[in-house]
Amino acid sequence: MPRAHYREIEADSGFVTLMLLFGLALAGGLLSSLYMRHYGHVVSGMGNQIVWGIPHVFAFFLIVSASGALNVASMASVFGRTTYKPLARLSGLLAIALLAGGLSILVLDLGRPERLTVAMTNFNFKSIFSWNINFYVGFLAIVAVYLFLQMARGLDRYVGIAGLVAFLWRLALTTATGSVLGFLAARQAYDAAIMAPLFIAMSLALGQAVFLVVVMAVCAGTGRPLDHALLHRMARLLAILLTATLYFAVVQHITNLYSPKRLAVERFLLVDGGIYTALLWIGYVGIGSLLPIGLGLCPAAGRSRPMILAAAVLAIIGGLCHLYVIIVGGQAFPLLLFPGMEVSSSFGDGMIGSYRPSLPELVLVAGGMSLTMLLTMFGMRLLPFVPMSFVDEATGAPAHAVTGEQAAGR
Amino acid sequence: MTSPARSAHFLAAVVALCAALCWSAGAVRAADGRVPMPDIPKALGERCVAETDFMRRNHMTLLKHQRDETVHLGVRKAETQLDRCLTCHAVAGADGKPVSYSDSGHFCRSCHDYAAVSIDCFECHSSRPGQKAQGASRDPPDETTLKLLGYLRDKRR
Amino acid sequence: MTSETGSRDERASGASRRSFLKSAAGVGVTMLAPGVVLYAAAPPAVAQRAGRPADSKIRWGLLVDLNKCPPGCDLCVTACADENGLHRPGAHESQWIRKVNVHDPKTDVRREVPVMCQHCAMPACVDVCPTGASFKRADGIVLVDRHICIGCRYCMMACPYQARSFVHEPQENQRPEVPRGVGTAEACSLCVHRIDAGRMPACVEACAARAGGAMVFGDLNDPSSAIAKAIGTHRATTIRADLGLDPAVHYLSL
Repeated sequence: MPRAHYREIEADSGFVTLMLLFGLALAGGLLSSLYMRHYGHVVSGMGNQIVWGIPHVFAFFLIVSASGALNVASMASVFGRTTYKPLARLSGLLAIALLAGGLSILVLDLGRPERLTVAMTNFNFKSIFSWNINFYVGFLAIVAVYLFLQMARGLDRYVGIAGLVAFLWRLALTTATGSVLGFLAARQAYDAAIMAPLFIAMSLALGQAVFLVVVMAVCAGTGRPLDHALLHRMARLLAILLTATLYFAVVQHITNLYSPKRLAVERFLLVDGGIYTALLWIGYVGIGSLLPIGLGLCPAAGRSRPMILAAAVLAIIGGLCHLYVIIVGGQAFPLLLFPGMEVSSSFGDGMIGSYRPSLPELVLVAGGMSLTMLLTMFGMRLLPFVPMSFVDEATGAPAHAVTGEQAAGR
Repeated sequence: MTSPARSAHFLAAVVALCAALCWSAGAVRAADGRVPMPDIPKALGERCVAETDFMRRNHMTLLKHQRDETVHLGVRKAETQLDRCLTCHAVAGADGKPVSYSDSGHFCRSCHDYAAVSIDCFECHSSRPGQKAQGASRDPPDETTLKLLGYLRDKRR
Repeated sequence: MTSETGSRDERASGASRRSFLKSAAGVGVTMLAPGVVLYAAAPPAVAQRAGRPADSKIRWGLLVDLNKCPPGCDLCVTACADENGLHRPGAHESQWIRKVNVHDPKTDVRREVPVMCQHCAMPACVDVCPTGASFKRADGIVLVDRHICIGCRYCMMACPYQARSFVHEPQENQRPEVPRGVGTAEACSLCVHRIDAGRMPACVEACAARAGGAMVFGDLNDPSSAIAKAIGTHRATTIRADLGLDPAVHYLSL
């Protein structure tokens, strides 16, 4: 039976330059965290009303994407779509790297980041946050084992089991991640069980988009072939997953519109929320959903590699807008202490909270994303993650081999 | 603190971090000319809750135990409460008032700087004795403290 | 019209929670509503002897009579700031107690409501805290153990009252009894250091001494306590009672 052939990527000058750039950005992120720890969070845009800002938007993005990046591996080992198998290893590596990047942002933004050991040793099992810590660590371990089984010789028969465990684990992980917001009974913008399936759908879609961008970049950058039929299939899958996410978002907002106590916050987000309304309609619905769904499903666009890349990039931008509206927009709307009353105070009661991301936060975010890229590149350099050819191992069908030149659309 | 002062501190911290890698000194004096020793200020009271050798090794355990008792159970006024320690171990500055942890002469710092053990106690706690505590009586250790002292002595033997 | 004298030291023995008021002379007398006199503001006095752990039979609570909370008065707020070493209100400063101006557009009625940590029986902040730094003491006081708080701010997301603040800047010259520092969450502690010394919270004391005496402090679990009686008699309400958190802070004429 023919096997897909993998090889480490070369450390050419482009590789070294990128590693240096990402390394610098990571150092910047660490310094930024040190800076916030030294001066306090007063140097961030966050305050007592909007307590989670842009770092959390990106942390959530990277964490849910980590789960979704494993789609391709799951397709191969859980759903038996063997055409996906050549990319399964890269899918696992990216999942680990994305989660590490997201967690690094989350941890480095803490008021006391040096107390990470406290968080790892003191658990409150009623806290979904505490559960998440375990889910994240478990995810890293499970995917590492899953990767090992894929890459070791003669352990093929265990790959299916590991893939199934990883698949179930990431469903639990995204359920728990969505529930971080879904369990907040105090806030009208959250407090919804639908947060869990919404985040599952979002993770599948965003992870798929990130994977598409990364795999296209890697194959173009290293001159490896990329099976276009497979690429097209992944783009169609992205469109379906984006549709599912949009469906849950629509159901969430319509449900809220039927709840009198949530009318005000819905009016804020959907109609007169300024930046949040714009990000929701233009950023998420327009740019991040309808456009990439159209591109993914349109047969003509599916033949064009740049169009597929565009769909994935738009989905990522839209996903970030969506998360920004959910996380920051949800906090910007004031808490409802006295329903039906007009309220004011020196502590932001009754007022729309203001938030402007500060430079240290943005540098921190860049650092976390760079960690993801560094880990991915380092992994690909160290071990054979990227295929040299595409072979469907089940059928032994010859690869729809496309050269790197063609892959880059040149 | 004013922003420029904090900027200076931040820069100083970064510089100090680098400097500490290749050069280490501080408020140390050389006993017998060979081994540098920390310059530990003398305490004011007659005696501590336990002998000096024991306290050097176990003060953190006593403090941690007391901290949980105080915060979670509301048991206060114990001998091992941080404020009590600061009362006897206050070091007078140039103005005659007790110095804070930002002064290298502070009792806790004199040794922690030497041992290169950083503590975050004084990010929240006042590092000067409270006014009330200054007149505090030096009661003998209570039952719980005695038990803990005994346990620690057995354990470390 | 209130005083803080008068003590009920039978609790020192730990024998009985049920209390009686020794004499009218030593007890604060408060008019709750026309014709209704409430004996209030007698310090919880020695409810808990120094060196003894918090008593789980007690549940400390507050009652705020908004009819007697004068407009524009912020004595409780300043007393809290002085007692706990807080700074004046600013964009990033903590506020453990704040006055919320509430205006009913339908009736044009205006009230000023002092809002602080409501010391819920089922506190959301405690449920969500990943490390257990947010906790509820045996006597119902909800606190932050700053030694294990990692500064994630999830409690601030979860609190329906916006009662929690985050310390945004390094602190200096803290009060010895009230440690507070950068990077940790905090909120009204019901002046736990005073309660442990048998005294009332600073806001209650200041309100009784220099303002309308609108606040009553006491044991909600003791049916004979002034606060329990007043809550029962006047059907006091809580903020966001619909959430079912069972707050320990009650309001009259909300």
